[in-house]
Amino acid sequence: MTALVLRQGLLGPTARRLLRHPSFVLGAVLFGTVVVLALAAPWVTEVGPNRMAVRLRFQPPGEMFLLGSDNLGRSMWSRVVWGARLSLLIGAWVVALNAVFGILLGLLAGYFPRLDGPLMRLADALMAFPAVLLAIGIAAALGPSVTTVIIALAVVYIPRTARILRASVLVVRELDFVQAARAAGATDGRILRRHILPNCMAPLIVQLSFVFAYAILSEAVLSFLGLGAAPTEPSWGILIAEGRSYIREAWWLTFMPGAAIAVAVLGLNLLGDGLRDVLDPRLTVERT
Amino acid sequence: MAAYALRRLLQSIPLLLLVSLIAFGLMKLVPGDPAMVMGGPNATADEIDAIRRNLGLDRPFWVQLGAFYWNLAQGDLGRSLLLGQPVGAAIVERLPATISIALYSMGLTLVFGLSIGIVAALRHNTIVDQAAMVIALLGVSLPNFWVGLVLIVLFSVQLGWLPTGGYVAFGDDPVGWLRSATLPAVSLALLQIGLLARITRSAMLEVLRQDYIRTARAKGLSEWKVVGKHAFANVRIPVVTVIGLIFSVLLSGSVIVETVFSVPGMGALLGNAILRRDYPLIQGGLLFVAAALMLINLLVDILYAWCDPRVRIGGDAR
Repeated sequence: MTALVLRQGLLGPTARRLLRHPSFVLGAVLFGTVVVLALAAPWVTEVGPNRMAVRLRFQPPGEMFLLGSDNLGRSMWSRVVWGARLSLLIGAWVVALNAVFGILLGLLAGYFPRLDGPLMRLADALMAFPAVLLAIGIAAALGPSVTTVIIALAVVYIPRTARILRASVLVVRELDFVQAARAAGATDGRILRRHILPNCMAPLIVQLSFVFAYAILSEAVLSFLGLGAAPTEPSWGILIAEGRSYIREAWWLTFMPGAAIAVAVLGLNLLGDGLRDVLDPRLTVERT
Repeated sequence: MAAYALRRLLQSIPLLLLVSLIAFGLMKLVPGDPAMVMGGPNATADEIDAIRRNLGLDRPFWVQLGAFYWNLAQGDLGRSLLLGQPVGAAIVERLPATISIALYSMGLTLVFGLSIGIVAALRHNTIVDQAAMVIALLGVSLPNFWVGLVLIVLFSVQLGWLPTGGYVAFGDDPVGWLRSATLPAVSLALLQIGLLARITRSAMLEVLRQDYIRTARAKGLSEWKVVGKHAFANVRIPVVTVIGLIFSVLLSGSVIVETVFSVPGMGALLGNAILRRDYPLIQGGLLFVAAALMLINLLVDILYAWCDPRVRIGGDAR
C-alpha cells in the first residue's frame, strides 16, 4: 500500500499529506534552515571562521557579534555556520553509506535464507555494543580523522538499518505479486529490484532520517573526545570541546554550537516522526 | 520459567564469542604498528619492543587469538598499559561510581518518563499532551554532554548550588553523593526520559482503547484504579523491553558525562584510555560493557517472559 502511494510520485497525495503534517513541516523548516545556512556559509557570514581579532575576544552575543566571539576574537556565528558544513557532511556520508549497505545487506538477508543466519548473527554481535561506545572504539583504533568518524558511525548504524530492511523484505517476499513475478520467470535480481525494494522503501526512509540525527549527535561526542576532525576545521563537536575550557568566562562558546546541534537534530526527529506517520502508518500507534 | 531462563542463557554464549571476536578485531584495526602508536613519539626502540612483547604482538595472529580467548575464559581482560594494572580490576574498582549514577539516572528516568508518558496519553490531543511530547522530543535531540555543560554553567557557575564536578561515594557522605551525582544523573537521564515517555504514551494510548478498559470504567472503578491497575499492567510489557535499551544508552553516555563532570568511574576510565591510546583498556572496557549489557538484556527477557506468559510458552523470545 505504501508503495502504491510512493509510486504516484512526490507531488501526489503523499506530498500533500506530508505538507499538512505539522511535525513534518516544522521539522523540515528547522532542518532546512540549518542546511541552507550551511550551504550559504560564505554569504551569510561577514568574517571567516578563523579570522582572529584578539582585541575583540570574549565579546558576549550582541550587536558586534551575533553569537559572541571566542578566546581569539573569532566570530562564533561564523564558526557555527561553517561548522555546520562539516557536521552535516559527516551526517550525509553516514546516511549514504547506510542506504547503500543497509539496502544491500537487508535485501540479501531477507531474501536468501542461507545468508540470513550469518548476517543477522553478525548484526546481533555488533548491536550488542552500545552504539556510541562501539563507534568510540572503532574511531580510537583507526586514529582521529573525519574519515574515521564516518566509517565508525556507518559500521555502527548499518546493522540497524539492514535489520529494518530485512524485516520488511521478509513480509513482502511472501506477497502474491512476488510469487506471480517468480512464476512468470523473473530472476532474483529483477524481483529484488523491481518488486521487493520499492515496497520496502518507506521504513527505510524513516530510518535514514533518524540515522542522520544520530550521526550528528554521535559525531559531536566523538569530536568532543578528540576522535574527530582536526581543530583547524571545526565541527560542532570540536567547537563545544574548545569552548569547554572557557566555560566560566564565556558560556556562549559552549552553548551556541550545542544549540545548533539541538536545532538540526530536533528538526530531523520531527521530520522522521512525520515521515513515519505518513509513509508507514503500520508503524504508528501514536496518532491513532 | 527456569527452563526458559536456561535456554536464553545458552543461546547467548555464541553471541558472546562473536562479540569478543569483534573486540579482539578492533585492536587489529590500528593502522601500522600498534606498539609504536601506544608508545608515543618519544618511545625508544626498546620500550616499543617491550610493549610488543607484553601484548604478544610479536606472535602469529592465531596464537594471539588463542591466547586472547584462553585469558578471557579465565576472566582475564588483559593489562592496562598506563595503569600497569589488570583491566578487569581497574574497571571493577571504578564501577561503584558509575553504577550509583546509573541507578540514580534510571530512577529519574522511570519516575519522569512514565509519568510524562501516562499523563500525555490521558490528556491525549490536548495542550498538555503536546507540551509533554515537545519535552520528550527535546530530550532525545539534545547532546547529553552539552546538557551537562549547560547545567554546570547554570547550577555551578551562576547559582553556585552544586559542585562543577568530582564525586563523593554514597557510603562516605550521602548528602555529598547527592550533590555530586545529581548533575551527571540528570544529564544522562534527559535523553532516556524522552525515549521512555514516547514509548509509554503510545503503549498507553493503545491500551486505553481496549474493551476491557471500557468495561472497567463502566463498572464504576475509579480512574486511578483503571489506569493504575488495568491499563498499566499491559503497558509494563513494552516498557520493560526498552529498559535494556536505556541501560545501553546509560553505559555509553557515562563515558562522556563522567569525562565532563570528572567522575572517577568506568566511563571516565574509558575516556582516558581513548585519549592515551591504551588499547588493552579500550578493548577490555568495550568487552566488559557489551557483556554486562547482554546480561541485562537476558534479565530483561526473563522479566518480559514473567510479565507475558505467551513469551515463555511460545519459545523464541524475540
